[in-house]
Amino acid sequence: MDKLPRWADIALVPFINLALALIVSGLVVALIGQDPFEALAIMVNGAVGSSYGWGYTLYYATNFVFTGLAVAVAFHASLFNIGGEGQAQLGALGVALVCLAVPWPHWTLALPVAILGGALFGAAWAAIPAYLQARRGSHIVITTIMFNFIASALLVYLLISALKAPGMAPETVRFPEGARLPTALEVFGAIGIPFSRTPLNVSFIVALIACWGVWVLIWRTRLGYEIRAFGRSEPAARYAGISPFRITMLAMLISGGLAGLMAVNAVMGEQERLIQDNVLGAGFVGIAVALMGRSHPVGVLLAAILFGALYQGGAELEFETSVPREMVVVIQALVILFTGALDGMVRSPLERVFLTFRKQPKPGLAPETRP
Amino acid sequence: MTEPAIELKGISKSFGQVQANRNISIRVMPGTIHGIIGENGAGKSTLMSILYGFYKADSGDVFIRGTRTEIPDSQAAIAAGIGMVFQHFKLVQNFTVLENIVLGAEEGPLLRSSLARARKLLKQLSDEYELHVDPDARIEDLGVGMQQRVEILKALYRRADILILDEPTGVLTPAEADHLFRILQGLKREGKTVILITHKLREIMEVTDTVSVMRRGEMEATVNTAETSPEELAELMVGRKVLLRVDKAPATPGDVVLEVENLSVRDDAGVERLRGVSLRVRRGEILGLAGVAGNGQSELLEVLGGMREGRGRVTMNGTALDLTGARSDARTRRQRGIAHVPEDRQREGLIMEFHAWENAGFGYHDDPRFNRGLLMDNEALREDARAKIARFDIRPTDPWLTAKSFSGGNQQKLVIARELEREPDLLLIGQPTRGVDIGAIEFIHEQIVALRDRGKAILLVSVELDEIMALSDRIAVMFDGRIMGERTPGETNEGELGLLMAGITETDRDHSVAEIEANLARRAGKTA
Repeated sequence: MDKLPRWADIALVPFINLALALIVSGLVVALIGQDPFEALAIMVNGAVGSSYGWGYTLYYATNFVFTGLAVAVAFHASLFNIGGEGQAQLGALGVALVCLAVPWPHWTLALPVAILGGALFGAAWAAIPAYLQARRGSHIVITTIMFNFIASALLVYLLISALKAPGMAPETVRFPEGARLPTALEVFGAIGIPFSRTPLNVSFIVALIACWGVWVLIWRTRLGYEIRAFGRSEPAARYAGISPFRITMLAMLISGGLAGLMAVNAVMGEQERLIQDNVLGAGFVGIAVALMGRSHPVGVLLAAILFGALYQGGAELEFETSVPREMVVVIQALVILFTGALDGMVRSPLERVFLTFRKQPKPGLAPETRP
Repeated sequence: MTEPAIELKGISKSFGQVQANRNISIRVMPGTIHGIIGENGAGKSTLMSILYGFYKADSGDVFIRGTRTEIPDSQAAIAAGIGMVFQHFKLVQNFTVLENIVLGAEEGPLLRSSLARARKLLKQLSDEYELHVDPDARIEDLGVGMQQRVEILKALYRRADILILDEPTGVLTPAEADHLFRILQGLKREGKTVILITHKLREIMEVTDTVSVMRRGEMEATVNTAETSPEELAELMVGRKVLLRVDKAPATPGDVVLEVENLSVRDDAGVERLRGVSLRVRRGEILGLAGVAGNGQSELLEVLGGMREGRGRVTMNGTALDLTGARSDARTRRQRGIAHVPEDRQREGLIMEFHAWENAGFGYHDDPRFNRGLLMDNEALREDARAKIARFDIRPTDPWLTAKSFSGGNQQKLVIARELEREPDLLLIGQPTRGVDIGAIEFIHEQIVALRDRGKAILLVSVELDEIMALSDRIAVMFDGRIMGERTPGETNEGELGLLMAGITETDRDHSVAEIEANLARRAGKTA
């Protein structure tokens, strides 16, 4: 018997978390002398009040879906991959190399190869910490976070040497026209629906497919079954003949590959060249997204859209009012704090509430909880 | 008439929908040993946790020596003179005996005076109650029996005169258990009150004055031990007549199925856990491995089951098994016809958060029957689980429940159903009935014997000597990673096996208790 009904676990807990975060944020906004309700209205309106707002919200959400799925897959194997940032940066390198290698005639040809390139590079970057964990017992949290710094340094080095475009900026040349992904403006325009000019592009569809793919992987394939079993109990996995080495490697390769896919959206779809700061913290937001989405693809998608809206709404807030930029970051951080770190604060009282409303035991159920 | 040392009146406690204690009343007279017996999940531990201040009762009152007492936490319990010896000891391994005894009850900022008082008390107690322990020994160098004495001393140092022991003999050899009982008798003579929680009928009969039987959260009866019998107690515990023996025909052993030669294993810390074990199991026989927990039985099962690497030679139906490398895994073992019911079903045998149907195929999930190309055939898994649930009478019958919602007995039936139904040539089975209620024990024993009668080989590991005696056709005793000797159930007794379990062979005839203890302490020191 699970402690909470499914709907409460999936919907009620995140909702209360979010509400608490917004209340505290409102207090903070009020403290600096602004009207919290007006701020909220600006944020909501800015994020989802127009096709412009939606475009940006979903563009950010696309990034967070990829990094969120990356963290979620590793979570199922009980591996805490906080290297999404570095894996996405390496993914960016992979995507850039693909886009620059060939004068692509059309995006439909470039996209699949770029997906492959981003995933391969991201996976390769995750493979080293995975191997160190599986064979040498080096803790994956430590190694993946250190690999973020190495990835960043490596990218800077490449951008001031081998890959540098003529000029001052540490960046590559622009990708060829044939590697440009259609934006929402173009896609909707083709069927006669007006849409604002935003960075939202076809990568969003790739993100949706990735959600579906992760769902199939985790709940329908043998590998997913083994990943979940290993994640719940390593001794049980060994008992069942599931190789801890194999699962650690595969789960991290898939995780890194998903993080790497983020570059398809950010680098290929928006920046259209490789720049130094191409991930912009999405790797870390992915952790909050996976936590809030309870490592389920649907939850990840919804949480990613929420965080996308926060990013976009926060930008509007900064633009429209005198709420300083730092305050927007505070609000985002509060949401992460309440949904991620303080989850238990809401969960355990709620479990008690639900337990009190339960009826008498069914025969045959475990009758005793030991201290 | 004297006041009862402890009186509980109308105690009820529920955890959400589960009622662990229902209107329980009990009186324990001072200077007696009172047993509380019941199946796992009958509510014994919950009741004692309420008495010790871990849980708060929903309703009901606690009277200590006639006074109504609130026990909000364990500090209050200690202040009321209640001491508790837990099943799992709560000792600091790298502290000395004295330091552990004083820990948490130091008087003042400097340790000197407390340590001195403890040393004096220890001297006095060891004379009075045979509670001999070296005050300056480190806990990690002591055997389990000794560690348990330290726990008792800890309680006495805190001036407890009511002592609660929770399943105290689970980790002891019969000789150590006997010694513990003598200590308890000594405490009783001094006027202390002892509450002994156990599921072993034999201990109740041997040592208690009165016994209370719990079943499904209720107090079934309290009787004078002298006026009852194991059969009556078992019936009260289960609520129906139970067979305390296993009915089985003599074995008709056939060819050797499993042959183990000179098998050695080191654990992750590099300590040798198996030191050259050799044994054989034939078709149609049950080889029982007796021994106190932690003497290498677990490692033996793990190596044979493919969960751990080893050195030596193991053949299965005449062909050698890989003991190291990729082909030494559990999957390969299963393909070779070895099924394994692991000792710890909650940690190894099941994924507690998985549905019953996911668990019913666990370990066999790569069977083509459960797969359709790259995807798993979940419907086939569920169908298979439903069949197992029906055949092994697993309750509740819903394959969508998670493993942790089943009782211990039903969890074990699920594991056994999964492992038995492939008709393996060899069954490795560890602690088949640990934490399983008596009703399910009968069923599980029947299944094991039936498998033997179908001509399969069975290697049984259990720390319950009664179980080993009842099921085995041959008994091998393990001590310190070695096989100490082999006996036939009809030609041996618990005393003889107990000595072997303590590492004493027939060559040293003159076996005093002190010698056994020295032996155990030596072993503990070596493996620490």
